[in-house]
Amino acid sequence: MSDDALPGGERRQLAPPVDESGALGWMRKNQFSSWGNGITTVVLIVAVVWILSGFLDWAVFTANFTASVGSECRGGGACWALIREKYRYIFFGSFPYEQHWRPLFAVIAMLTMLVTSADRRMWNWRLLVIWGLGSFVTFLLMFGQIHIPLSLFLTIALVLGGIGMNLRKAIAEPAEMNAYRALAAIGLVGLVLRITGILPAWSLAIAPFSYVETSLWGGIPVTIILATYGLAFAFPYGVLLALGRRSNLPLIKGLCVGFIELIRGVPLISLLIMASVMLPLFLPSGTTIDKFLRAQVAVILFAGAYIAEVIRGGLQSLPKGQFEAADAMGLNYPQKTLLIILPQAIRVVIPPLINTFIGFFKDTSLVLIIGIFDFLNTANQALVDPNWAGFPGEVYLFAAFVYFIFCFSMSRYSKYLEVELNKGTRR
Amino acid sequence: MAVEALGSAHRVKVAPWNDPVIRGWVFQIVVVGLVAGLAWYLVSNTIDNLNRQKIASGFDYLGREAGFEIGDSMIEYSPASTYARAIWVGILNTLRVAVLGIFLSTILGTLIGVGRLSPNWLLNKICVWYVEAFRNVPLLLWLFLFYKLISEAFPGPKQALSALWGSMFLSNRGLYFPVPMADPIHKWMGVALLIGIAGAVALHRWAKKRQEATGQPFPSILAGFGVALGVPFVVWLLGGAPHHLSWPELKGFNFEGGTVIQPEFTALLLGLVLYSSAFIAEIVRSGILALHKGQSEAAAALGLSRGQSMRLVLLPQALRVIVPPMTSQYLNITKNSSLAIAIGYPDLVASINVTINQTGQAIENILLIMAAYLSVSLSISAFMNWYNKRIALTER
Repeated sequence: MSDDALPGGERRQLAPPVDESGALGWMRKNQFSSWGNGITTVVLIVAVVWILSGFLDWAVFTANFTASVGSECRGGGACWALIREKYRYIFFGSFPYEQHWRPLFAVIAMLTMLVTSADRRMWNWRLLVIWGLGSFVTFLLMFGQIHIPLSLFLTIALVLGGIGMNLRKAIAEPAEMNAYRALAAIGLVGLVLRITGILPAWSLAIAPFSYVETSLWGGIPVTIILATYGLAFAFPYGVLLALGRRSNLPLIKGLCVGFIELIRGVPLISLLIMASVMLPLFLPSGTTIDKFLRAQVAVILFAGAYIAEVIRGGLQSLPKGQFEAADAMGLNYPQKTLLIILPQAIRVVIPPLINTFIGFFKDTSLVLIIGIFDFLNTANQALVDPNWAGFPGEVYLFAAFVYFIFCFSMSRYSKYLEVELNKGTRR
Repeated sequence: MAVEALGSAHRVKVAPWNDPVIRGWVFQIVVVGLVAGLAWYLVSNTIDNLNRQKIASGFDYLGREAGFEIGDSMIEYSPASTYARAIWVGILNTLRVAVLGIFLSTILGTLIGVGRLSPNWLLNKICVWYVEAFRNVPLLLWLFLFYKLISEAFPGPKQALSALWGSMFLSNRGLYFPVPMADPIHKWMGVALLIGIAGAVALHRWAKKRQEATGQPFPSILAGFGVALGVPFVVWLLGGAPHHLSWPELKGFNFEGGTVIQPEFTALLLGLVLYSSAFIAEIVRSGILALHKGQSEAAAALGLSRGQSMRLVLLPQALRVIVPPMTSQYLNITKNSSLAIAIGYPDLVASINVTINQTGQAIENILLIMAAYLSVSLSISAFMNWYNKRIALTER
């Protein structure tokens, strides 16, 4: 006892009791703090061990990795040889077999594009360059040949000139302003001439590979394209819908509210069925529209309404002072919206936007109902082969694993971003 | 001058092309004109195409004979029934799976959400991985997996697994179990159940009033259950207590008698519940986390038991945070039930899809789908908004 007492009334620091530190102490505190807690722990351990040992036995110990035909797999555990045999089809669908490097590099191009856009240092004009370049490479690889019509160049000129004229009004030097005016004029005049038929139907042909039509596309590139370009095209139009819904012009507001609620009220499947059976009726007879494009249009229509609601949340979170200050500075509506309001509003909603994107990524699997070969559908088709019939679990678990990797990494990124973007406001 | 203009009611004169009000109207008229133009273009094309392809229009087809089988129906249906009835069967099937799905996933989701907050490390991690696993994989994939597992892993009807002394049979045709023979008294028992529930609600109100007036508590929840279940039981006894059951029996290649839960329905419900409960768990967790710790401490300081503080203090406040996102989750469950078409459960979209293929009348049928889902969605959100208003904080 006197050993513990040190001069000056201090006490010697004792090591904590054994049963409160280390692994045992942690167990005691976190798993066996009370009778109920202890029983729960024991039951859970038994259940986890039972399920895990059964699963590992099936998936690893008795699994067959090398069979060359399904019948050799019977009676044992998982038949991973099926995946070995079919993985090229599951990933790339009916794309010509010897050309599979093309969708592979297209997927790499799209993933590079998405990963670089995830970097905050790229959130400026660079984003446009990345997406322009990435999309060009992707579609060149997938189609093999691209014909860019003259009217597309003219439209881009018109849009760029128009945006510049509105956005840089009273900010830019006269020379810059004149350049925008010239660009817009060239675009407008050119388009009118093209429509009236004075300009010829010229197009820039880039054709390094053999042409592969969309009906042969399949697997993972289709899923990524549908989700990525669904979001890319739905984003601007979702922003317009959100702005329209917040507008004080009654007719605009009514149109936007009606559209958003209509789309959000019905399931995606009904939109896809509509796109596949009704879109052909809507167009002048004789025009056929690509099945893949129909699905993409339905996804864009659907995504826009959901994105609009996310953006609206961001718009509502802005204090009124921001709008008033922009008005007081004498900015016009496009300037106010694009330079003051949207940058702040979108910043707030980036994490929920990524969550919306995860939702679309999963929802693209619905296109299999109208016969598009996305990743889930190619996995499904791999089961049809009579040589390999009867192993649905293996294929679906494999597909689930791939989806999981994509969605899980995106949700981690969204969590990271949420912390990162709130650094300024966190206490 | 400027000060006068600001202070007085009359407005500064501006050129009409700079007047925001006039500009606003011009802009609106232009946009509405464009939308109307687009609509007219689409409609005229459509009419043109319909005439060319000789497709009839109008809803007359609803009265004609449908001619297709529906495997799973809650009401009497045969291929000789009309299209209208086939679609009605689809609507009922959608409602059945949606209502059950909402109910079960709310329970499972709440349990997992609470589990994620548990101090028990193992339980906590299991719940975390449950949520991550189900949230990050498409629902459609789960549906396929469950459906294929049920239809391929279970034995055929002849080798069916039997349980409970041969009264229940599990096979790849579904789960068969005995049900009471139809009896006229069942209708009256249903009526009695409604009366019993009304009685329970009235009892609960009376108990609340009495407690407010005298401070005497009354076990109204237990008594309420007693009343709600007791009244139908008394009616059953009065009706001579009919207790004949219809037993499932193997006849030929399948079972007859009893009733069955189809594998399509089971796979759909299982997939919907497991998938949605992962989302609901997150909603419940964030709702409880949003509460200030002082609330549970204050409740404990007042001497309330754990259950009381949960029921009277914590839950009513957490509900305010939970209800709005829960509403959209319920809507999602309803809409996601349309994935039924992929595994062959005859829901609304599936019935209508067959109808479109047989009649070729796409537009009318798509309108029907939209109308049906919109009305279900709107009634769910109306109910949830009413509920939200009821539990909202009354600010003075």
